[in-house]
Amino acid sequence: MYPRQFDYVAPTSLEEAFAALGDDSKVMAGGMSLIPLMKMRLFSPDVIVDIARIPGLATIHDAGDHISIGALVTHGETASSDSVVANATALATAASLTGDVQVRNRGTTCGALAHADVAADQPAGALACGAVMIAQSASGTREIPASEFFVDAMTSALRSDEVLTSIRLPKTGAGEGSAYDKLGRRGGHSDYAVAGAAAWVKKSNGSIEAARVALTGVGIKPTLASGVADALVGTDGSDAAVAAATEHALEGVTVLEDLYGSEEYKSHLAKVYVSRAIKQALANI
Amino acid sequence: MTQGVFGTSVKRTEDPALLRGKGLFVDDIKRHDEAAAAFVRSPFAHARITSIDKSAAEAMPGVQAVYTTDDVRSLGPLLAQVAIGKLRPLLADEVVKHVGEAVVMVVADNAAIARDGADAVLVDYDPLTAIIDPEYAATNETLVHDELESNVIHTWEAGEADAVQELADREDTVVTSLKMVNQRLIPTAIEPRGVLAEWQHGYDRVTLHTTTQQPHAVAGALALTFGLPGVNSARVIAPEVGGGFGRGLNVYAEEMLAVFASRELGRPVRWIETRSEASKSTIHGRGWTATATIVSEPDGHFLAYSLVGVADMGAYSQNFSVAIPVLGQFTMPGQYKWEAIYWKMDCVHTHTPTVDAYRGAGRPETTFYVERTVDAAARDLGMDPIELRKKNFFQPEDFPADTLIGMTMDSGDYGSNLDILVEKADIKGLRAMQEAARAEGRYIGVGIATFVEACGLAPSGFADAGVSWAGYGLPSAFNESAVVRINPDASATVVTGTGPTGQGHETVWSQIVSDRLAIPMERIVVIHGDTKDTPMGIGTGGSRSVAVGGVAVAIAADRIKEKAAKVAAHLLEASAEDIVFADNGAHVAGSPDKSVSWTDIAATAYQPHKMPEGMEAGLDMTAFFDPSNLTWPYGSHVAVVEVDPDTGDVDLMSYSAVDDCGNIVNPMIVAGQLHGGIAQGIGQALFEEAVFDEDGNLLTASLLDYLIPTAADLPSFDLAKTTTPTDANPLGVKGIGEAGTIVSTPTIVNAVVDALSPLGINDIQMPLRPKRVWAAMQEARS
Ligand SMILES: Cc1cc2nc3c(=O)[nH]c(=O)nc-3n(C[C@H](O)[C@H](O)[C@H](O)COP(=O)(O)OP(=O)(O)OC[C@H]3O[C@@H](n4cnc5c(N)ncnc54)[C@H](O)[C@@H]3O)c2cc1C
Repeated sequence: MYPRQFDYVAPTSLEEAFAALGDDSKVMAGGMSLIPLMKMRLFSPDVIVDIARIPGLATIHDAGDHISIGALVTHGETASSDSVVANATALATAASLTGDVQVRNRGTTCGALAHADVAADQPAGALACGAVMIAQSASGTREIPASEFFVDAMTSALRSDEVLTSIRLPKTGAGEGSAYDKLGRRGGHSDYAVAGAAAWVKKSNGSIEAARVALTGVGIKPTLASGVADALVGTDGSDAAVAAATEHALEGVTVLEDLYGSEEYKSHLAKVYVSRAIKQALANI
Repeated sequence: MTQGVFGTSVKRTEDPALLRGKGLFVDDIKRHDEAAAAFVRSPFAHARITSIDKSAAEAMPGVQAVYTTDDVRSLGPLLAQVAIGKLRPLLADEVVKHVGEAVVMVVADNAAIARDGADAVLVDYDPLTAIIDPEYAATNETLVHDELESNVIHTWEAGEADAVQELADREDTVVTSLKMVNQRLIPTAIEPRGVLAEWQHGYDRVTLHTTTQQPHAVAGALALTFGLPGVNSARVIAPEVGGGFGRGLNVYAEEMLAVFASRELGRPVRWIETRSEASKSTIHGRGWTATATIVSEPDGHFLAYSLVGVADMGAYSQNFSVAIPVLGQFTMPGQYKWEAIYWKMDCVHTHTPTVDAYRGAGRPETTFYVERTVDAAARDLGMDPIELRKKNFFQPEDFPADTLIGMTMDSGDYGSNLDILVEKADIKGLRAMQEAARAEGRYIGVGIATFVEACGLAPSGFADAGVSWAGYGLPSAFNESAVVRINPDASATVVTGTGPTGQGHETVWSQIVSDRLAIPMERIVVIHGDTKDTPMGIGTGGSRSVAVGGVAVAIAADRIKEKAAKVAAHLLEASAEDIVFADNGAHVAGSPDKSVSWTDIAATAYQPHKMPEGMEAGLDMTAFFDPSNLTWPYGSHVAVVEVDPDTGDVDLMSYSAVDDCGNIVNPMIVAGQLHGGIAQGIGQALFEEAVFDEDGNLLTASLLDYLIPTAADLPSFDLAKTTTPTDANPLGVKGIGEAGTIVSTPTIVNAVVDALSPLGINDIQMPLRPKRVWAAMQEARS
């Protein structure tokens, strides 16, 4: 199918990209989600700003106290980076479970986040790992915490003139671990998430000192399950404690039925995967 | 490689071009000055068209024409082979009858403009009530087409309902009954459909490149629709075609419409289907709701079987339409001996896309019903499903075996085939593993299904039952033709009437010819898919190509051999009876040094003055083959699954099969057909389903939501074979194109139900998505 006519700009610097971006423009990174939407004519921007030729965006960088993942780093690179695996296990796992090999070789982690699809994997990983999004435009740089980034169905906090140039992830400290798990639409881990969860935990002296738990697939957007995290903190992380915390999984979430599950089923799955993710995060410490 | 090449895994000669991306598909064939078509399709399942405003589209630069039903009504509806029920108007006529029905055709200088033009056409609709549920349609409470008296356009019925009922009523019998849906599927070939139509003004002939499995049928339809002098004026070419699965076993409105536009505009017209379009405008498959009932004696002796239900045909009849269920009737009794049988299938119209042949066409459906119900009966009887099957199988001495449905099955040894599977897959060990897992609260299932299918669609006598191309003006029946020609330079050209879509006919037909004539494979070229080259051909479908078309090739090769032996005998001053063919030539039996090469033979054959006295020059033979019967391949499959008790997720752990398709020309290609077929059947069991909402909107209109299995979702299949040749053809080959698809679906469902049998679960509706399995577990637990 053919998209509507559009202008295509391939800048070689961020400044040029900023200049090309406007009200009816779209950034293109891997194109894995953007191009199908345009071909189905669900989406018809006037200008496509392809950022693939901008130097410096394709690296995973260790900045001492945090790591950063650039806008052109692919799902495959995120998944296989020792640094991401060590410091943001949940995000690396989510990247490794995104799509198929071809998609992982072209699609970008930042693109998956900017796309803000409720059934996507990496947003949950970014939420649990406490990512900070670096949004740049002609008018400057904004640092947006992941918890404020996913605004609505397929809507992030990015403005149309902004490029998500990188994300920052805190490094794993002592007693910390994270994990991601999902049920894919084709069963197992295959395809988009019917429901999934990412968890990050910090344990000290046998008790959970801090936690972040994120859900994907169930509502209208990837979201933090703060009730679960609150209930976990202070416990010993035993199965009973995890089970009790899991009961808070759906607080503040409106579960929506779709082709892959009823409201009841998805609510149930949310709890199953929250529990699995927390247990795996504890095991990953 | 020459003799002995029959039965070996020769690498596919098709692949070098295909793997390099050099294969020529419809969209690779470019023409000067071509135009492109795009369609406005109905967003409603049932609605009256109140107005069509073409003006904005017509005013767009580059748009050449905007056509509605008024422009094409005179061409009549789309022809169908089995013209029972409502035929499709080429463009929707006043009322649309399914989502995706073509309403307006826009032709423009290129495809992008054509799409823009289509988007600019304004169609107003007045929505009407849509009938989506085939069971409701069968009640005739509301009509799908006002002009038809009933939504039930045909009823297939065979056997004796009373006899089955009598046995069911007997006090000492056990009755097992399951009502199941064999859900509607969307055939998903890797290449969407596409056409390139070229009307040659002045000659008043047309050439149509199209993604078909049956070029001759399309040519017939074109000749009739456009009033051509004959099929000689409609050349239909199926170049490389990226998959068929039955969707190409059809004639489509877009084929006629592109030719019409080419005639009107005097330009070649191309239309390439989009994936989302494909899900609504190409045929669907399956779509049955039926109740299967087995009546047995308490010791497991089967008495009676019945299958009664409705088959959804969609809104319009195309090609085979109601004849699809009857292919299922052939195999409806399964491999079992019954004392009474009954079958009744109502074919109904609904406001949905047309349902027609999809890999297996009728046979996967009936095999699913019988194999699922046999497993349920085993549970009711407290018997092992393997023992129950073996107890009731036709035995080797029963063949040729007459079934109560009126068919005669050629050959088989079902019990031994199943025994080999039991041994090979270590079913005892699997059962022990299952026991141990159950003790740990894990749900592991071992599912078995066995099958016999009716393949090699023939004999030509079926034509009298309406299965031929007569509906397309071609009174040719289910036979095939082939030409084998030795060229003057001793290379060989084989022309076949089959229409391969990836199966490997070029390789296999070359193997057959090379084996018989001792001409090296690399000196043989197989031409297919062009109506100008073959007198007739029904096409590729029904696992019939090798058993009918391949045999025609063998017979033509034998005719060449007979004549060539005389030429060689003449050159060697020997007797033709003593000539044997070997090493790219011929020699006198027992005297390999008394030899001539094929080059010598061909050189002689094309120079009349060197030929034996009175013998006509040339080495060019045509053969037609009409087998005496269908062929009846069979097999036994087993799947092992584990169900996640928390999520209902089904993990397919292993899959093993023992198939019998008679003699095999190329084991690698047979394995390939099995791998793909099994995967496709698993797709139906676990993933695939065309889902409509109650208004008839298709909710699975792209591959984002219509889930097909990928290699990553499947284990590696463990395949083995038994070999029981057929006597229906001289090669003893049976066909393998559909076997995997036919049996893997019930195999998987049997495995999942077996896994959950401790919960008392007897059936779960396909596809076994985690949500359904979980819901069934929830219900059983509460
Ligand atoms: C076959 C297939 C299977 C898939 N399976 C999965 C799956 O299992 N799980 C899953 O989570 N996803 C899946 N996806 C989606 C995939 O992960 C996409 O690649 C990803 O969502 C987008 O990344 P991209 O780089 O391709 O972005 P693009 O397609 O280029 O862009 C997507 C959106 O993000 C915006 N965008 C991209 N980069 C930036 C940036 N740096 N700054 C600002 N805006 C930006 C674009 O403007 C656009 O709106 C699948 C996709 C396909 C095609």
